[in-house]
Amino acid sequence: MLKSQNGDRIFDTINMVLLGIITFIVVYPLYFVLIASISDPDLVNTGKVVLIPKGITLMGYVRVFQDKEILTGYRNTIFYAVAGTMINLFMTLTCAYALSKKRLRGRSFFTIMFAFTMFFSGGLIPTYLLVKSLGMINKIWALIIPNAVSMYNIVVARTFFSNSVPAEIEESAMIDGCNTTYTFVKIVLPLSKALISVLALFYGVGHWNSFFDALIYITNRNLYPLQLILREILIQNEMKSAMMEVMADGDDMVSMQMKIASMIKYAVIIVSSLPVLIVYPFLQKYFAQGIMLGALKG
Amino acid sequence: MKLSSQSADVSQNIKIKSWTQQLMKDVKKDWELYVFLLPTLVFFIVMKYGPMYGVQIAFRNFNGALGILGSKWVGLAHFKSFFASYYFPLLVRNTVFISVYSLIAGFPMPIILALMLNEVRKSKFKRSVQTITYAPHFISTVVMVGMLITFLSPSAGIFNHLRVAIGLESRNYISEPALFRHIYVWSGVWQNTGWSSIIYLAALSSIDPQLHEAATIDGASRWQKIWNINVPGILPTIVILFILSSGSIMNVGFEKAFLMQNPTNMETSDVISTYVYRRGLISAEYSFSAAVGLFNSIINFTLLILVNKLSKKLSETSIW
Repeated sequence: MLKSQNGDRIFDTINMVLLGIITFIVVYPLYFVLIASISDPDLVNTGKVVLIPKGITLMGYVRVFQDKEILTGYRNTIFYAVAGTMINLFMTLTCAYALSKKRLRGRSFFTIMFAFTMFFSGGLIPTYLLVKSLGMINKIWALIIPNAVSMYNIVVARTFFSNSVPAEIEESAMIDGCNTTYTFVKIVLPLSKALISVLALFYGVGHWNSFFDALIYITNRNLYPLQLILREILIQNEMKSAMMEVMADGDDMVSMQMKIASMIKYAVIIVSSLPVLIVYPFLQKYFAQGIMLGALKG
Repeated sequence: MKLSSQSADVSQNIKIKSWTQQLMKDVKKDWELYVFLLPTLVFFIVMKYGPMYGVQIAFRNFNGALGILGSKWVGLAHFKSFFASYYFPLLVRNTVFISVYSLIAGFPMPIILALMLNEVRKSKFKRSVQTITYAPHFISTVVMVGMLITFLSPSAGIFNHLRVAIGLESRNYISEPALFRHIYVWSGVWQNTGWSSIIYLAALSSIDPQLHEAATIDGASRWQKIWNINVPGILPTIVILFILSSGSIMNVGFEKAFLMQNPTNMETSDVISTYVYRRGLISAEYSFSAAVGLFNSIINFTLLILVNKLSKKLSETSIW
């Protein structure tokens, strides 16, 4: 008995140490970005900043908030994320509620018809041509309508409605003479706060982080979401400068530009990722439920 | 004879009539539910089935002015020219290589992490590890690739500082074709392992605790309990997720590959989806690239069906 307790303790220690190492590997790059964003870029670029920030400066952040394109992108992204998520929630919740009712005629037909699109699609080009022919190029609709609802989230919500909202409450409301809409809005939705917050997070993060739809549908720079601006700062500039380093030592103009770029790149990562990274831990307890409900057989 | 067939007709008619009447009655009674369904139904018909109708341009020479049906039918010509092209073997090789590598490297990780987390008894420690390992999932692909480029930069990147510190020459990782796959796959493992472990953790928490109690009484060690109770307990989940990932073996995440591409690493970084984008949307060869895309979707769908069938036979677990 004593021996097995010892074995247990060794097992626990090794397990915790390994988990500690995994956690460090995950957290260090994020931590590094954070300390680099408030350190002197020269010290960061020469590898002097490793564990604590050095030569503390907020210039990176000042430059980020002075940059008109970043601010416009930020504003656009907030607007797209809020408007897009509202439409997502409206469509997902209403449709899932209808599909959760056995009395809906053609329920399994609709479910199969919707689910099929998870496994087969017309592909990028036909979708692009469709969006174009609907006149949505350079309209914010191009970022909202093609992703108005996801079948995966409909399945999550449908399963939640049929398993976690007591049928008796709805029935008694119906007997009292409430119609379906009233029951849904006044009784079912208030009982579904966990579901709604997880769906809002999933959809919201999706909008916040997406860049590809904007890349192909939006050419007007005033409508660019933050991620497209980030792509120019973090990827296109960097690729260019990495290429230049290979080819020749850059001239002064280039090295000045590179210094400015490296100053803002860490700050801009923080500014763009922080809203999402602050919100998700509050909803963490619902993730398991949300993901399990989405398991297809659920 | 005639009479009886007539009466069968009549009764058939009555049946249909009463069925439609019943349908009308049901729909009328619950009209609100159908209104609830309507926006999403329209969405799926237009935005999802619309492109499936439009995919026929893969068999035509699409011309915007003539419309889909007006464009000339060319049968399999675009498919043939794709199969015969220099790019075909290259793209298939890159796509399959990256996917299979991602699957082999990335699939077991979340299972291992979940099994490890499940053994932790200190709930505060467990929760902190979970919160931190979920974080990369919420980072956008653009930021992810931006971080990679920064960390791997030949002059300012942390990996090259390490190399220089131990006396090695610095390398331009991001432009070396041989390294593209490793960077792509292992950064994906970094980003997704925590998030993907959630589903296994949930499956683990639904294992009957009595099994563990009985095993403890029988003197089973921790290892034995993990191996004989926990692993079999989550096996159906593992199988289902494996089927789903096999179905997308030809589906390399477009966004990341696209963002990581540069002129020097194309030899390994060019995959089917980035090729479709380049030929279709940059060069506007709509029909040709729609054919390439359709080829890809069909392979994926076929693989999904095959793996699902196989798994049904072997383990009685399937996704439908």
